Amino acid sequence: MSDEKLVGIVLVSHSAEVAASVAELAKGLAGGGTVVPVAPAGGTEGGGLGTSAELISAAAASVDRGAGVAVLTDLGSAVLTVKALLAEGDELPDGTRLVDAPFVEGAVAAVVTAATGADLAAVEAAAVEAYTYRKV
Amino acid sequence: MLDADFFRRWMTATAMSVDREAERLTALDSPIGDADHGSNLQRGFTAVAAALEKEAPATPGAVLILAGRQLISTVGGASGPLYGTLLRRTGKALGDDGEVSEGQLAEALRAGVDAVMALGGAAPGDKTMIDALVPAVDALDAGFGAARAAAEEGALATTPLQARKGRASYLGERSIGHQDPGATSSALLIAGLCEAEEAAGE
Repeated sequence: MSDEKLVGIVLVSHSAEVAASVAELAKGLAGGGTVVPVAPAGGTEGGGLGTSAELISAAAASVDRGAGVAVLTDLGSAVLTVKALLAEGDELPDGTRLVDAPFVEGAVAAVVTAATGADLAAVEAAAVEAYTYRKV
Repeated sequence: MLDADFFRRWMTATAMSVDREAERLTALDSPIGDADHGSNLQRGFTAVAAALEKEAPATPGAVLILAGRQLISTVGGASGPLYGTLLRRTGKALGDDGEVSEGQLAEALRAGVDAVMALGGAAPGDKTMIDALVPAVDALDAGFGAARAAAEEGALATTPLQARKGRASYLGERSIGHQDPGATSSALLIAGLCEAEEAAGE
């Protein structure tokens, strides 16, 4: 299994700190062992709140190991920017997918699942499944 | 017929009006948004004007595709992918022709507006840029002046609407009574067509 290519995870938030912290949280909860390629793409290039197409493209390229890239976003322009980049066709690595999942819970589920060597469909399913986790 | 130069003038005219109206757009975005619409679009269209000057694409389609790409990468808010998709999809629909008719532009712009609706999920009446763009495209057969008037009317008509998309929708009924900033900037984009046409006569 060690020679299997891992799915990459990109976390897009309006805030650089939120994206970076959720990436740390998800990697931390995934435990040791296999290191999943996870990259945050938070805020604008200038460091403000917002979404940067350049940061998203760079993050996706940095985690692409040839097994696909799952992109999780917070809301609004983060969602729209990823969709617009996917529609461009050549801006994101082949096999990049926007995953419909809650940002924090979905990120943890995606990273934990990706660490098992699961394929993109399984990683996506685990992240989507996080919506069904009730707290009350 | 409309050539690449017409489309460059359209983008430049829009960049100038967005620059002129940036404070008003941001003021409209303050009560119901996050007070960045004017500055975001200003940054985006400034980049568009600079890129067009540097690269000077040869066809109408290429002008709009380059402009859309710039907006997606530089705006930083939801208006970037929305306006970027509008211009890119319109540009793609225009194809590789060196000159296009006004009818071709109307048809392509409709494809662009449809793509924006698909991307953002907004329909007419949701208090968004669609409320200026759809009437403008519907009126385009009657000329750029009619399209501009329809877009401006559409933007004004967003005031009594309750927002159903974007950040303003979180405000529910409190979004009523404010003119939508996206519909307002969309009216500026459509007005740019008239300015590009007028500039051709000079």
